Amino acid sequence: MIDAKIPAGALDSKWTKYKSTCKLVNPANKRSLEIIVVGTGLAGASAAAALGELGYKVKTFCFQDSPRRAHSIAAQGGINAAKNYQNDGDSTYRLFYDTIKGGDYRAREGNVHRLAEVSANIIDQCVAQGVPFAREYGGLLSNRSFGGTQVQRTFYAAGQTGQQLLIGAYQAQERQIALGNVVQYSRHEMLDVVMIDGKARGIIARNLVTGELERHFGHAVLLCTGGYGNVFYLSTNAMGSNVTAAWKAHKKGALFANPCFTQIHPTCIPVSGDHQSKLTLMSESLRNDGRIWVPKKQGDTRKSIDIPEEERDYYLERRYPAFGNLVPRDVASRAAKERCDAGYGVGTSKQAVYLDFAAAIQRYGKIEAGKRGIEADAETITQMGKDVVKEKYGNLFDMYEKITGENPYEVPMRIYPAVHYTMGGLWVDYELMTTIPGLYCLGEANFSDHGANRLGASALMQGLADGYFVIPYTIGNYLADEIRTKSIPTDHPAFAETESKVRDRIHMLMNIKGTKTVESFHKRLGKIMWEKCGMARNAEGLKQAIKEIQQLKNEFWSDVKIPGEINEMNPELDKANRVADFIELGELMCIDALNREESCGGHFREEHQTEDGEALRHDDKFMYVAAWEMKSEHDWQLHKEELNYEVVKPSQRSYK
Amino acid sequence: MEHKNINLKLKVWRQKNSTDKGGFETYDVKNISQEMSFLEMFDVLNEELIAEDKDPIAFDHDCREGICGMCSMYINGRPHGPWEANTTCQLHMRAFNEGETIVVEPWRANAFPIIKDLMVDRTAFDRIIQAGGYISVNTGNAVDANALPIEKAKADAAFAAAACIGCGACVAACKNSSAMLFVSAKAAHLNQLPQGQPERKTRVMNMVAQMDKEGFGACTNTGACEAVCPKEISITNIARLNLDYTCAGLTDTK
Repeated sequence: MIDAKIPAGALDSKWTKYKSTCKLVNPANKRSLEIIVVGTGLAGASAAAALGELGYKVKTFCFQDSPRRAHSIAAQGGINAAKNYQNDGDSTYRLFYDTIKGGDYRAREGNVHRLAEVSANIIDQCVAQGVPFAREYGGLLSNRSFGGTQVQRTFYAAGQTGQQLLIGAYQAQERQIALGNVVQYSRHEMLDVVMIDGKARGIIARNLVTGELERHFGHAVLLCTGGYGNVFYLSTNAMGSNVTAAWKAHKKGALFANPCFTQIHPTCIPVSGDHQSKLTLMSESLRNDGRIWVPKKQGDTRKSIDIPEEERDYYLERRYPAFGNLVPRDVASRAAKERCDAGYGVGTSKQAVYLDFAAAIQRYGKIEAGKRGIEADAETITQMGKDVVKEKYGNLFDMYEKITGENPYEVPMRIYPAVHYTMGGLWVDYELMTTIPGLYCLGEANFSDHGANRLGASALMQGLADGYFVIPYTIGNYLADEIRTKSIPTDHPAFAETESKVRDRIHMLMNIKGTKTVESFHKRLGKIMWEKCGMARNAEGLKQAIKEIQQLKNEFWSDVKIPGEINEMNPELDKANRVADFIELGELMCIDALNREESCGGHFREEHQTEDGEALRHDDKFMYVAAWEMKSEHDWQLHKEELNYEVVKPSQRSYK
Repeated sequence: MEHKNINLKLKVWRQKNSTDKGGFETYDVKNISQEMSFLEMFDVLNEELIAEDKDPIAFDHDCREGICGMCSMYINGRPHGPWEANTTCQLHMRAFNEGETIVVEPWRANAFPIIKDLMVDRTAFDRIIQAGGYISVNTGNAVDANALPIEKAKADAAFAAAACIGCGACVAACKNSSAMLFVSAKAAHLNQLPQGQPERKTRVMNMVAQMDKEGFGACTNTGACEAVCPKEISITNIARLNLDYTCAGLTDTK
């Protein structure tokens, strides 16, 4: 049995008690303890800053040219916190409850409650750093709503909240670099974990400019490397986002939990052709004001503006009157797929639905006219309404126009679901430690807080909670017993051996000299995953997918073509390293999806649905975290962590 | 949206590494959908180059949604290409016509050495931030966020400056390779907020000193930076920086 090490006691006192009783490291000892942080997104940058401030010696690594590029920067809508500034009934408990329910009762109560507890501190910390959140005229912070909640608890900075939060964390990290507490390695990619006497003691990293392999020692290693959505090839992730660091840890013994829990975001710009390299999200915050609809008539080819109001089907408002357009992402995505599959889709591909702001523009225009006390004509009202919408969502509307060539102030946006976030990840205990001692995993890369579906504006919250407020405590509890461990020189045999294995693999890849590009394999993998392990899954398809992925793996390792040399800047080689790992992960995702014979959150097994097409859980059989141990190629062993709900009573999720 | 496929000629800067002399190479790209992004056209070209056993073109890119600041192509004499308020990754092929020749170069500035082809080293920007582009507050010291009301206009102005993505287009566009727009955006973000006041003077002094040390040129108020900035960072931030810098110099007690 795997032990999550959840502290005993009442749910709302666990974290307080833990913080008061965990071991501490004195300041003099912190100076001689080294910590490696891989990845510099919200989790990594905030952890590096916080640990540097405490006096640890920190090294940070990222594959981009600067830590500020990490993909947290692209998060648009906002960050949740239980501040109850709107006096609308929010509380730590409600944020906790919404997150557990939103995750379809597949997350750990202890972790989620801690997340809700520290959420308010995050906002305070970010404001102190100078993060320019949106404000009201009185000078106080503004809030908006996100899916799956009935309160306004989301803090935001236009449609660039992730950018502003990441820049805050990046600046805090850069300050620690200036103070000499953190050393940054940009354009470096971690290619393996170094284990000594059963503990993580460092990494092998490749300098992506020179191609050289480097050895780095750490008393502890933190993986803050984000999610693995790019296994689907097309996703809202950045081009470089990858699973490699987490996958190397998995191959060294760290369990991988709930890999099949992936989030398909309902509002993305639809695919336009085979050339497509990535998909772009249109923030969930748009669902505050936008209304989603399709024509009532199948195969309607009229232009959107020619379809009269009574012939439009606002299907989310129809099916879920209580939450309307703000149902959680998994529900909204499936509903869009259902309409398109049934022949009501719009656009040339018919794989899209409308997100319409016409009503919001009129509503805001009338409010403005009222505020100014003017009798405005229709045109003026429309213009004033557009101005309000522009202030709220301007950058998103601009982005939409650049990509599609259509003006969303005039015609409804066309949207379709796309892969966005991965709830699964390396298994971690309450202290965020993986099953490898000394190896931690933070942020999207771990599995712990979002169950089977993440609510909007909770990813930023989790990344910063883990980095600023959780790891500074929990790592001390481990490092307190490491103060007698001197820095291990990197000529230790374990470093040499790990490096030579990494080198062998790179040589093996380069020596294949096949005929097909890395990109072509990645696309094929993505197609298999999207079709058979995407928004809807069934046993037959998954079994077939596993076979196809195994064949793809063989083909990759015998026929991939990588140009260039090893000891130079070689982006194709970097990509080949990543795609090789994605292929192995894809197989495990299908195995996990096949094993979980129920539907929950983002995992929808067609065999398990209610009469009206909602996800049907089987709590008696699957109320557990599926944590997989790799035994050998194509062979994994399942470990179960039972989920015990002491406070919340799981029920069929209803947003009606 | 109507669209068609077009054929283009690309003249691209190729340079094997930082010590190589480098030069232009010409490529024909055919049948490019106008719905493609500019970088997707490069993806297509690279796939063809690999198939022909040639070295693909190295270029920086990551988010491909205009926010990470990594993409950095100098297209037809303009950073990020012809569209206003735009990044290279968001430029789409609708911007070009059948038969056009497009010239693509890296950012050119002494402070941004070329790594390979279209990739440059922009770590100088990180070091400028290290010199003072932050507010010194350790984790856990913060008071309640609403204990400090901030005038909406000021908060909005700070946000507008903080929208800088650190891409370096301002430097690439400047005939002096000045980084003043980048530096002033960060100073304007932090110096307009009450939280940023305690370090207001040292921030501008130290950041400007680091900028000079990195080899960026001086500002002559030409305004090319503002014209190409993908996030429309205003040149008035430079005036603000100059004011803060002068005040700091005059009142420096050290």
